[in-house]
Amino acid sequence: MGSLNLKSIRKAFGTHEVLKGIDLDVKDGEFVIFVGPSGCGKSTLLRVIAGLEDATSGSVQIDGLEVINTPPAKRGIAMVFQSYALYPHLTVKDNMGLGLKQMGAPRVEVDAKVAKASSMLSLEPYLARRPAELSGGQRQRVAIGRAIVREPKLFLFDEPLSNLDAALRVNTRIEIARLHRSLKATMIYVTHDQVEAMTLADKIVVLNAGQIEQVGSPMELYNKPANVFVAGFIGSPQMNFIEAGTLGDTNAKTIGIRPEHIVLSRESGDWKGKVIHVEHLGADTILYLETEVTGLLTVRLFGEHRYDVDDVVYATPDKMAMHRFGSDDRVLHGS
Amino acid sequence: MSKARMSPLRSSFVHLALAGYTAVALFPVLLTIVNSFKDRNAIFRTPLAPPTANTFSLVGYETVLKQGDFVGYFQNSLIVTVISIFFVLLFGAMAAFALSEYRFRGNTMMGLYLAIGIMIPIRLGTVAILQGMVAAGLVNTLTALILVYTAQGLPLAIFILSEFMRTVSDDLKNAGRIDGLSEYAIFFRLVLPLIKPAMATVAVFTMIPIWNDLWFPLILAPGEATKTVTLGSQVFIGQFVTNWNAVLAALSLAIFPVLILYVIFSRQLIRGITAGAVK
Repeated sequence: MGSLNLKSIRKAFGTHEVLKGIDLDVKDGEFVIFVGPSGCGKSTLLRVIAGLEDATSGSVQIDGLEVINTPPAKRGIAMVFQSYALYPHLTVKDNMGLGLKQMGAPRVEVDAKVAKASSMLSLEPYLARRPAELSGGQRQRVAIGRAIVREPKLFLFDEPLSNLDAALRVNTRIEIARLHRSLKATMIYVTHDQVEAMTLADKIVVLNAGQIEQVGSPMELYNKPANVFVAGFIGSPQMNFIEAGTLGDTNAKTIGIRPEHIVLSRESGDWKGKVIHVEHLGADTILYLETEVTGLLTVRLFGEHRYDVDDVVYATPDKMAMHRFGSDDRVLHGS
Repeated sequence: MSKARMSPLRSSFVHLALAGYTAVALFPVLLTIVNSFKDRNAIFRTPLAPPTANTFSLVGYETVLKQGDFVGYFQNSLIVTVISIFFVLLFGAMAAFALSEYRFRGNTMMGLYLAIGIMIPIRLGTVAILQGMVAAGLVNTLTALILVYTAQGLPLAIFILSEFMRTVSDDLKNAGRIDGLSEYAIFFRLVLPLIKPAMATVAVFTMIPIWNDLWFPLILAPGEATKTVTLGSQVFIGQFVTNWNAVLAALSLAIFPVLILYVIFSRQLIRGITAGAVK
């Protein structure tokens, strides 16, 4: 239970096409993350799956059943929203139980499920409170609890951590990961934060301008990006892109090299350059170089390093870790 | 107001201006109430003086309560006002919800059409309304007044409420949809409680013109059984002789119900429960 099939989903608002034919298979129990820049259509796609937006064309199947004409409440889904979207006039307990009550579940069953969900999320002390009396993190836990109580085939998360502060974000992220392990449920999660995507996902779907750029496990996307967009989107700091011509490679258009795959030396190396900015992060040191061959280059060194602005350094890329992209911006295999 | 942002001198000017405005606004009300407790001579000789032992008189109130069915007039006014407000809020909120929530062909045109009512006074259509009421057999009924006042109040209500409806979080409505609430349940149980302050504003704006209106009661329901307070008070104003005691007494009495309604709604104005719904 809990698989999802999307076939050539299209969505247009007026003449503006937001989704341009999305095909995707999600297996039962998978944690799939939609990631992409703002306006790439990832939230719209989630809303189409939820049934909150009608697709212009295409098919949505949950568990092999076509649900394109099924109202959201009957699709067997639950959704967690960025803004929590708790019912302000109901207590935590009623917030969590409302969905089941609407389905006509007996009171005993509702109480039992709410109790189970609230113990999973340690929400017991707050059951009688209203959302206004809770902190941001507690509210989001209630929203997650409301989803769990419905025991859905499919969990949908719409940027659930964006409103939380950094420390809470990490905690809630761990909580969601734990939840996925214990519930073994299928989860679809939308975010623009690639750290969330890399840490939580079984499978990442990178979206751009209404199209899927690449689908793969986090490490697949990191090690084998299919195109320039994915290469630039996954990884932080961003991959360096160098015009292939300047390196004497005539077959490719662009060469990509990640900042962590460059070795730096004060004595000798491939590319001579000058340090123009240094960021000390403790665990990492990030240097921005202006080199004679490649122009601006970002280099990530592990640990602390003493470099100053205007120091002359030599950068040497790890040849094995270079990515070559053709004139269509897609990766070139074999060199 | 913190001292850092407001010097004592400036804030005293502000308070002076506000106090001045309050005095101007309250003066006629006060004058009406004070004079309603005086005899006729005192009203004209010393209109600004408070009633003394010599000039104190309740003759105005006696006349009002004896003449005609004044309690009945009050009842009529209250019935018309309260039921009209109810319908204006109900239909206004429903229309506003439809306009702000759903995308459909002609949405903007419909919104404009409904807003035109704010600019065109309903009194322009008096003759047609009267003909209509005669044909429907509704002349001299409170129903006629309620219908007219509901129509009169709707445009502004829809205009104000649809602006407020847009501020209600989409996520909240969608959460309701996923939890299986019907569109009606979303409207009544999620959206309406959140826009209570706006509803109270609309209620106050709608209430005052209805309560004070003389035009439609005079034309559509001048019968004894359906007279409103404003119309009822007019019997004391004659072409040649006006019973000022009675007029002032009637007006003083007419202030209170509307004051009570205002207090009820203004409580709601302050009480917002949006906090905690969304960040």
